[in-house]
Amino acid sequence: MQESSPNKSRPRLATVWLGGCSGCHMSFLDLDEAIIDLLQEVDLVYGPLVDTKEYPEQVDICLVEGAVTNLDNLKLIRQIRRSTRLVLSFGDCALTGNVTSMRNRIPVEDLLTAVYHEASSPIGAEAVEAVPALLPRVLPVHQVVRVDAVLPGCPPDVDRIAATLSALLDGQTVKLEPRMRTFG
Amino acid sequence: MPVITLTIDEALVSARVGQTVLEACRDEGISIPTLCHLDGISARGGCRLCLVEVAGSNRLLPACTTLAAEGMQVSTRSDRIDRYRRMILELSFAERNHQCAVCVSNQNCELQALAAELGMEQVRYDYLDPDLSMDLSHERFGIDHNRCVLCLRCVRVCDEVEGAHTWDVKARGIESQVITDLNQPWGESLSCTSCGKCVDACPTGALFTRGATVAEMHKDAGFLRRILDGREKRQWRR
Repeated sequence: MQESSPNKSRPRLATVWLGGCSGCHMSFLDLDEAIIDLLQEVDLVYGPLVDTKEYPEQVDICLVEGAVTNLDNLKLIRQIRRSTRLVLSFGDCALTGNVTSMRNRIPVEDLLTAVYHEASSPIGAEAVEAVPALLPRVLPVHQVVRVDAVLPGCPPDVDRIAATLSALLDGQTVKLEPRMRTFG
Repeated sequence: MPVITLTIDEALVSARVGQTVLEACRDEGISIPTLCHLDGISARGGCRLCLVEVAGSNRLLPACTTLAAEGMQVSTRSDRIDRYRRMILELSFAERNHQCAVCVSNQNCELQALAAELGMEQVRYDYLDPDLSMDLSHERFGIDHNRCVLCLRCVRVCDEVEGAHTWDVKARGIESQVITDLNQPWGESLSCTSCGKCVDACPTGALFTRGATVAEMHKDAGFLRRILDGREKRQWRR
């Protein structure tokens, strides 16, 4: 969705999917036709909806869905922080760990044994080696890098996303009313 | 009835002798957040969300257990109070496992609503992720210790209104848990009358009706006032 004739003055928007269920991105797509208006205002430069492989430089706004769960997430979120002006925790997993962090009470070795080795259809050691190494504990994004704005909800509904993006694109501080600030 | 005069948020107000600061404030329409407080059962001062500033005291005092006094000067809002209230909420969220998205009381939870109302955006403390259990041995109800904030409303309503005193507390500090009888499974409790008052009094998803799934559990804490008015004011008698 990157514009063929990019206007340099347009904000560069990225969306990222770390340890989450993609529900926040589904909610983002639920902006429906408003997403067309949004794309008139920004260049979408990275995300699960874009075929760019490497996180680019000089991103203005990045919506981060999901918690930091493994080494790949950790590497990416640090790169995002280095290359992005405004990092936004997008949804409860990014903000609190949420469902993704429910594994925190189980030691990682026990988890891998139960899920991969002792599953009803066991998955071999090769697969376990291929997946990125899990961190001992799932971390919300703000416990790894500085976060500039938050958007709670599981997933955040369309009104919240629209209000937040509109504030960020206008250069305003995000100030959601209480009914739009609930977790869950 | 003896009346006293005090200052709340720079306005002179009157209160009855024996009223707490919280009651005096609420009579004046001044909102103070509470979690462990429930109108109709004894005040506990446990959650500390109702902290107020009282002139002459360096400490913040809980409005629910501080008696209003003649000439007292109370502030219910300040940057310091707001900061401490948010800190208390963050500690509550960090201490147990409060994943709102998969809770029976999602969108019907006092802890969740207070966090949104008081502007708690994220938790600055490490989540403790304790390994806590659930008890589903009761025929009609269940308890999920992951959601419990130890407000002890269940303990007080069971003791003071139902008169059964099935609920109590074991251990100290962060190890504390509410228990039934002498820490037996709820379903084996001989004292429980299965009245459900504890479930309706619970501000979070800790106590719930069995079979309720995510966001289905609606609590009605107002039931307590109706019961007590009927009992004390004899509103049920013809």
